[in-house]
Amino acid sequence: MRETWRDDMTLEVQIEKKLLDFTLDVSFQASSAPVGILGPSGAGKTMLLRCIAGLERPDRGRIALNRRVLFGSEEHIRIPTRERHVGMLFQNYALFPHRTVAENIAFGLRHLPSGDRAARIAALVARTHLGGLEQRYPRELSGGEQQRAALARALATEPEALLLDEPLSALDTHLRSQVEAQLQETFAAYRRPALLVTHNIEEAYRLGEELLVLSRGRVAAFGAKHEIFRHPPSREVGQLTGCKNFSRACVSGTGMIEALDWKCRLRVAQSVPEAPEYVGIRAHHIDFVESSGGSEQGENVFPCWLVRTSETPFRITMYLRLHHPPNDSTEYDLQAEVYKEKWQRFREQPFPWHVRLSPDSLFVMAK
Amino acid sequence: MDWSPLWISLGTSATATLITLVAGLASAAWRERRTGPAMALVDGVFLLPLVLPPTVVGFLLLLLFGRHGPLGKLLLEFGVTVVFSWPATVIAAAVVAFPLMYLTARAALEQVEPHLLQTARTLGASEWRVFTEVALPLAWPGVLAGTILSFARALGEFGATLMLAGNIPGKTETIPIAIYFAVEANEIQRAMLWCAVDVAISLALLSGLYYWTHTQGPGRARNLAR
Repeated sequence: MRETWRDDMTLEVQIEKKLLDFTLDVSFQASSAPVGILGPSGAGKTMLLRCIAGLERPDRGRIALNRRVLFGSEEHIRIPTRERHVGMLFQNYALFPHRTVAENIAFGLRHLPSGDRAARIAALVARTHLGGLEQRYPRELSGGEQQRAALARALATEPEALLLDEPLSALDTHLRSQVEAQLQETFAAYRRPALLVTHNIEEAYRLGEELLVLSRGRVAAFGAKHEIFRHPPSREVGQLTGCKNFSRACVSGTGMIEALDWKCRLRVAQSVPEAPEYVGIRAHHIDFVESSGGSEQGENVFPCWLVRTSETPFRITMYLRLHHPPNDSTEYDLQAEVYKEKWQRFREQPFPWHVRLSPDSLFVMAK
Repeated sequence: MDWSPLWISLGTSATATLITLVAGLASAAWRERRTGPAMALVDGVFLLPLVLPPTVVGFLLLLLFGRHGPLGKLLLEFGVTVVFSWPATVIAAAVVAFPLMYLTARAALEQVEPHLLQTARTLGASEWRVFTEVALPLAWPGVLAGTILSFARALGEFGATLMLAGNIPGKTETIPIAIYFAVEANEIQRAMLWCAVDVAISLALLSGLYYWTHTQGPGRARNLAR
C-alpha cells in the first residue's frame, strides 16, 4: 500500500522556453529519488527550477506534480506559485532578515493552530540541528546555520516537491560536507520529488540518485547516476561528468575498436554500437603496468612517455604521450591520475612506462 | 495673535501625507510589477506634479474640481463643493507631495531582494502578505524617509493651494499663504514670525531625518520592524 503511494509521487516536466541564446527544451519525470541536475553554468538549470516553482513562465509544455497540472499551455493552466506546494531553496538562502529563525520557519504555517505550529517548528528545529538558535536573526547565524534554517523553512509547509538551487555553493569546504550530510538525511526522509541543481560533479553524484545532465537547455543525459558515470551516452556528457580522455573511434572487429587519436586498437567490454564516435576513459581508471620483464606486452597495454604533471594535495595528474617520446610539453594523448604514494613508486622508472586501458573502464560513445 | 495658520498647516500636511503614503505605496507596488513602454508614460504622469509649476497644478486641479469640471460636477451631485474649502488644501498638498512619496517608495521596494519575495510565494503567501509582511517591513526605512519628505513638501505648499483653496483665514489659510498676504499687507512682523515657525518645523523634520538615516538608520529600523 505504502509503495503505491510512493509511486504516485511524481513530477512530470515537459517544457520549452526561449532564452537569450538558446531554447530550454526539457522533458523528464522525477519520482521519490532525488535528481541531481548537472550542467555548466548558463545551461538553464536555475531557469528549469524557476519554471517548476512558477516564478517563470515556459513558452510551451506541461508541468504536473502528483497528477496535478501546475502548468499546461494547451489547457491554459498556470497555477500561481503560492498554490503549487513546491518548496524552493535559493542559493543565497533568502531568509527573511527581519524575522527570527522560528519566525522564518513559521512563515508558511500561518494556517495551523498555534499549538500545532509550535510543535512543527520544534520538530524541524530538532531535525535540522538548530536547537538554541530559534530566537536568533539570520545575520546572527553562520552560513551553515542559515542554510539549515532555510531548509527547515522550506520543509515546514510539507511541499510536494523540493527544488534546491546550488544549495552548497556559498559554503566553505568543511561546512559543505556537514550540510551535505544534512541534505542526504533530509532526502532519505523526504521521499518525494527533489531536484538539486549543481555544477559540482561530486556533489551531484553524492546527493542525487538520478542525474539529469543539461547542456545549453537540452537534456544531454537522464538516468541512474551509476549508469551515466559508467557509460556516458555522448562525449559532452562524458566531459560534464569529469572524463578527460577521448579519442575518435571506429569499429575494428568483434569487441574491438580502433582509437584514431590514440593510434591503437582496443578491446572493450561493453557491446560496441554500430557507429561509434568516441572512446573514452577516466583519468583515474588508467592502470600502470609495473615493468617486470616482458609483462608490458598484453591486451590494451601501450608504451607511454611523461609529458608533464600537475599536482593536487593528494593526487598527481600525468599528461602522457602514447607510443613516442613527446616533442614538446603541449603534446599529450592521455591524462592519468594517481595517488601520490603510487607516483612516488614509479616516478624513478625509466621510460617508456606502460599504461593499460582496461576493457571494463573504456566506454564507447555513439553519434 | 491668530495661530490658526499653524494648525491648518499641520492638519493639512498630516492628512495629505497620510493620503500620499497610501497612494504612493499602492502605486509604487502596482508599478513595480509591470514593464513596458506604456509604463514610461505612467511614470511621467506620476512625476508631473514635481516638475510643473505649482500654479499649473493648481489651475489643472481647479479645472478638475471646479463647478464645471468632471469631478466637481460629480461631487456637486452629492452636494459637495471642494473648491475654496479645507479639503482643497489637502488635495493640493497631496498632489504636489505625491511624486516624492512615489519615488522614494519605489526605490525602497526595488531594493528588496527579489528572492525574498519569491520565497514567500513558494511558502504559500498571498500577494497581500508578501507585500505587508516581507516587502514593506524591509522597505520601511526608505518609506519613512519618503513620508517625512512628503510632509515637508506638503507643509511648504503655496501655489496650488492658493489656486484651489484660496485664502480664507481660519479655513484655508496655511502658513505660506499667511506669509504672502502678511507681506502684501506690509505686516512685516507677522510675516517674519510665520517664516521663523516654518523654518523651525522644516529644519527639525529634515535634520531629524538626516540624523535617523545616518546614525541609527536601517539597522534600527529593522529592529523596530520586528
